[in-house]
Amino acid sequence: MDSDVLVVDDSAAIRKILTRVLRQTGLAIQTIHEAGDGQDALALMAQHRIDLVLSDINMPKMDGLQLLASLKASPQWRNIPVVMITTEGGETKVAEAVKLGAAGYVRKPFTADQIKEKLVGILEPAATL
Amino acid sequence: MNLHNAIVESLIRSTAEVFSTMLGSKLSSGETMIDTTTSEPTDGVVSFIGIAGSWAGTGSLTCSPAMACRICAAMLMTEAPSVNEDVLDAVAELTNMIIGSVKTDLESELGPLGLSIPTVVFGRNFKTRSAGTAEWIYVRFLWDEDSLLIKMCLAPSEKTHAIHHGANPMCALEI
Repeated sequence: MDSDVLVVDDSAAIRKILTRVLRQTGLAIQTIHEAGDGQDALALMAQHRIDLVLSDINMPKMDGLQLLASLKASPQWRNIPVVMITTEGGETKVAEAVKLGAAGYVRKPFTADQIKEKLVGILEPAATL
Repeated sequence: MNLHNAIVESLIRSTAEVFSTMLGSKLSSGETMIDTTTSEPTDGVVSFIGIAGSWAGTGSLTCSPAMACRICAAMLMTEAPSVNEDVLDAVAELTNMIIGSVKTDLESELGPLGLSIPTVVFGRNFKTRSAGTAEWIYVRFLWDEDSLLIKMCLAPSEKTHAIHHGANPMCALEI
């Protein structure tokens, strides 16, 4: 079954790039939703079925680690994989994300191959005709 | 270790990596300099990111409006005929990635550092100033014929630096 993905980043540029990259991965993706911060992401998730979250860490209002903690504390959302995509390369933030239950981590700048590599195994390959 | 050299090397490596990975472009790095004076009036696009922690400062990118549009076009694979929201956002994110990468490099020596959300300014005949800053390290790059200036200032935060070094405030990392 094709998955719905939520891209969370305060940069519209990064959301556009990730949307393009996700469409090129050859993975089974139906809809890509976008949110500009953690609060917007939670509001959107209350309205849509989401199968995977790709989230930045440094964002206004609610950052990516706060969003991750909220999702993992929710019986409804705790099993949704969350991959962090961020400039934060420091071990502290990475360790915190892993401790909170992040499914993976990709550092910006990223290549399309790095994104695909991280998502293979989380999302199914697109069906071929 | 000399912090000045570490910052210069990291600025050059990070900028080249971000341009190569996100824009598919190669830059040539030119002059490196240190300046203690307030910047001259500027035209164009300038973005800033604050750095905080045991050391604090600012990272910045300056370029022409034409180069900002070119950055956006290469990054988003779209037309960018003039400086608009997409262009400013692309420049902000590019700065975030470059300075974020430098921050990660420096954290191994300076301890954990935090980054602010980027701020971008576009206009004519404006000056910028970072309060309390003594020295800026500049690295100028060329993208074909157009100039891109990346600069950073970083200084110990007084309280935490004193605690870290105790009775010996001299730091081998200081510029």
